[in-house]
Amino acid sequence: MATLLEMRQITKEFPGVKALDRVDLKVEEGEIHAICGENGAGKSTLMKVLSGVYPAGSYDGEIVYEGETAQFRDIRDSEDRGIIIIHQELALVPQLSIAENIFLGNERATRGVIDWRKTNQRTEELLAKVGLSEAPTTLVDSIGVGKQQLVEIAKALSKDVKLLILDEPTAALQENDSRKLLDLMLELKAQGVTCILISHKLGEVRYVADTVTVIRDGTTVSTLDAKGLSEDQIVHDMVGRDMTARFPEHKRTPGDILMEVEGWTVWHPEHAERRVIKNANFNVRAGEVVGIAGLMGSGRTELAMSIFGRSYGRNVTGTVRLKGETVDVSTVPKAIKAGVSYVTEDRKSLGLVLDETIRFNTTLANLEEVSNNGVLMRNEETQVAERYREALATRTPSVFQKVVNLSGGNQQKVVLAKWLFTSPEVLILDEPTRGIDVGAKYEIYTIINDLADQGKGVIMISSEMPELLGMCDRIYVMNEGALVGELTAAEASQERIMSLIVND
Amino acid sequence: MAVADTDHTEGAEHKSKGIGAYLASHLREYGLLLALIVVMVFFQAVTEGTLLRAVNVTNLLLQNSYIVIMALGMLVVIVSGNIDLSVGSVMGFIGALAAVMIVNYDMNIYVTIVACLVMGGIIGAAQGYWVAYWRIPSFIVTLAGMLVFRGLSLWLLEGQSVGPFPREFQIIANGFVPDIFPAGIGASLAGLFGVRQLNVLALLSGVVTAALIFWMGMKQRSRNKAYGIEDEPGAFFAARNFIVAAALIFITYKLSTFRGLPNVLLTMGVLTVIYAFLTSSTVIGRRVYALGGNQKAAKLSGINTERLTFLAFTNMGVLAAAAGLVFAARLNTATPKAGFALELDVIAAVFIGGASMSGGVGTIIGAVVGAFLMGVLNNGMSIMGIGIDYQQMIKGLVLLAAVIFDVYNKQKQG
Repeated sequence: MATLLEMRQITKEFPGVKALDRVDLKVEEGEIHAICGENGAGKSTLMKVLSGVYPAGSYDGEIVYEGETAQFRDIRDSEDRGIIIIHQELALVPQLSIAENIFLGNERATRGVIDWRKTNQRTEELLAKVGLSEAPTTLVDSIGVGKQQLVEIAKALSKDVKLLILDEPTAALQENDSRKLLDLMLELKAQGVTCILISHKLGEVRYVADTVTVIRDGTTVSTLDAKGLSEDQIVHDMVGRDMTARFPEHKRTPGDILMEVEGWTVWHPEHAERRVIKNANFNVRAGEVVGIAGLMGSGRTELAMSIFGRSYGRNVTGTVRLKGETVDVSTVPKAIKAGVSYVTEDRKSLGLVLDETIRFNTTLANLEEVSNNGVLMRNEETQVAERYREALATRTPSVFQKVVNLSGGNQQKVVLAKWLFTSPEVLILDEPTRGIDVGAKYEIYTIINDLADQGKGVIMISSEMPELLGMCDRIYVMNEGALVGELTAAEASQERIMSLIVND
Repeated sequence: MAVADTDHTEGAEHKSKGIGAYLASHLREYGLLLALIVVMVFFQAVTEGTLLRAVNVTNLLLQNSYIVIMALGMLVVIVSGNIDLSVGSVMGFIGALAAVMIVNYDMNIYVTIVACLVMGGIIGAAQGYWVAYWRIPSFIVTLAGMLVFRGLSLWLLEGQSVGPFPREFQIIANGFVPDIFPAGIGASLAGLFGVRQLNVLALLSGVVTAALIFWMGMKQRSRNKAYGIEDEPGAFFAARNFIVAAALIFITYKLSTFRGLPNVLLTMGVLTVIYAFLTSSTVIGRRVYALGGNQKAAKLSGINTERLTFLAFTNMGVLAAAAGLVFAARLNTATPKAGFALELDVIAAVFIGGASMSGGVGTIIGAVVGAFLMGVLNNGMSIMGIGIDYQQMIKGLVLLAAVIFDVYNKQKQG
């Protein structure tokens, strides 16, 4: 087998963060090469370097593709060479048909006039190849995520793909759809297509991969032959250190029940017949960190946002009690006033006004506190921002820095500061460490522990099970909109959580 | 200059950042002020001094007053992430309403003024309602409004011009604030400066305003210093204040040698100060910027974004009505064509002033300076006898250049 791709000593820096630090990757022709690593380890960044999203010159190191040095200026450049990447978030236009999507930007046309017969015929062939039985004219909108994934692959096949990169392709898929997709990968391999699979689902990796490269904290840790490889070995390399060291020491003694949610039911905002949250009941005690585990799309964010001022969904029913008394959380201001805060999973589009300063963002949810009869008191505002900067150790030259210039971890601290300034009783943290580096994660964990020590109730939603296991006193497991189980810290393990999800 | 400079570097935390870096990050603000000065100096030269003659300065202020008044509201609307295309038509409609009430129905002037302002508020609220609570794009709603109110003024005026207004109404736009100081002081000062007459109140108001701006700037600086906040270099502060003060005193001096302080200038000045304060120093102003900067984040921070949008449009309606009254009073008649295409001048002024189409960015002072920049261009080119065809082209290119400058700056920073 010849080497198809070699990435040598790739280094990529963003302002404040070194995302990749001398990463090596070697992919042989005709293999399925898995890249494993935790969230934020640098897997996606590496693939963006490879596909030209970050053009040649914006990183250090060398890419050798098909025996020669490649300098991709943009994604088109790499596609011309047969490198096709399918991102986590699908890049399909929902209002267009399957055929239109497959040939988007690559239309079967003569002098600008599309040949629909040829387009549809070719689409049918491609769909047959990926095992999707839908008409080419079906709108992408009307098929499920699993099928959309197959359309993406068909689209890649339409372009003469040599190296297919799948970035967490099964993250949003159900079990049987995932299986179908993995089998398709094996089939493509048989047809000579080289694949890079980015995943942290080790079962999948073991099922399809020939070689596994593990990336941690932006560097290559190991490249392993998948034959006879145990999951423990991969996990060891991925995590790189003991669980205890990844999470700050803590000892908690939860008090009385602080918040109780009963019979919480939420309907989808657009599809009126879809129940997104099904009769959820849960509680959090003072000084307790409670986790909500579940797969992407299981309804965790929807649950949290619907509680926080009905920011999601329709016909929200159920009761919320704080310290035994029913409270009105029907609007965001009321929820804040009641003592509930929600730290979003999507800090860039839902959490921050990026073009404004740290000070602006810190006080935004509680301007009453820094104003007098509606007139802002700038100096008090500055003091507040400074106070939280110190308390959370936000690294920035000044609180007048625009948050867009901060690293992910520091941005997250600003969002946390904003909510801490509203003096909440209960904080709902949605993926509080998503996309931030390991050092900053540790700091966020420390902050969470401090909050619990102060007697606040913390609800932590996370897709990273080790994080939940390392931080929480109790874990609720959520699947398809329902809470399907509750485990104490002593009972909980990745296997038990997974089996609760799978056996639901 | 050197003294002020070292003074700054000693006091602030960020010694590494020099004047160059400061200038680079505030290029927009200084650029706008500089552009206004350059344009004024240019036209002053090519019109052989006509531009800054007392009568023309007075004219310039009167001509642009309604644009400035509407630009205040438009700035708020644009910062909130919306746009209002209907203001020209609303302005015309309110003028027509005032004319019909006063001229045709002989109603009391003050009742009419209040009724017109309330009507403006209702119109703004009606449009804001659809934008805020039904999430219909403001472009569409106000485009509809533009047609509707254009039609309504035609209907109201039955296609005719209605006028003239009684004297009491005209003074809204054409009146001057009487000098409250004894005539003797004015006469002796006039002798001192070698002019025929001098309105002491007008001149004094300029001097006092300039002093006030300088004093407030100094206060802010000392407060910034106390908190270790990065500040404008001393030399820049001094130069900027000197230019602003000199311009203010110069303009009020010119006004004082003509007929004094126009009523409209007083209205405009007071409104500008109020809106500058509202947008920069109040909770509601801060929330408008948050709304335009990131609507979803603002909503999740407990800000009632719908009500805020609604209020921005209501406010715009009231200001458009105020502009309509000034416009009608100035022309002394209401015509069906009044305010035609004026919304574009207003919007252009706001964008030239540095506001961003996507919302969240822009200042009141920028919008006012933008309006005057356009006004001076209009006035200067008219004096030079440049045809309306070239005038339009030049104004268009100025708008494009200002926005390209913004985008370029932003890309360089990002």
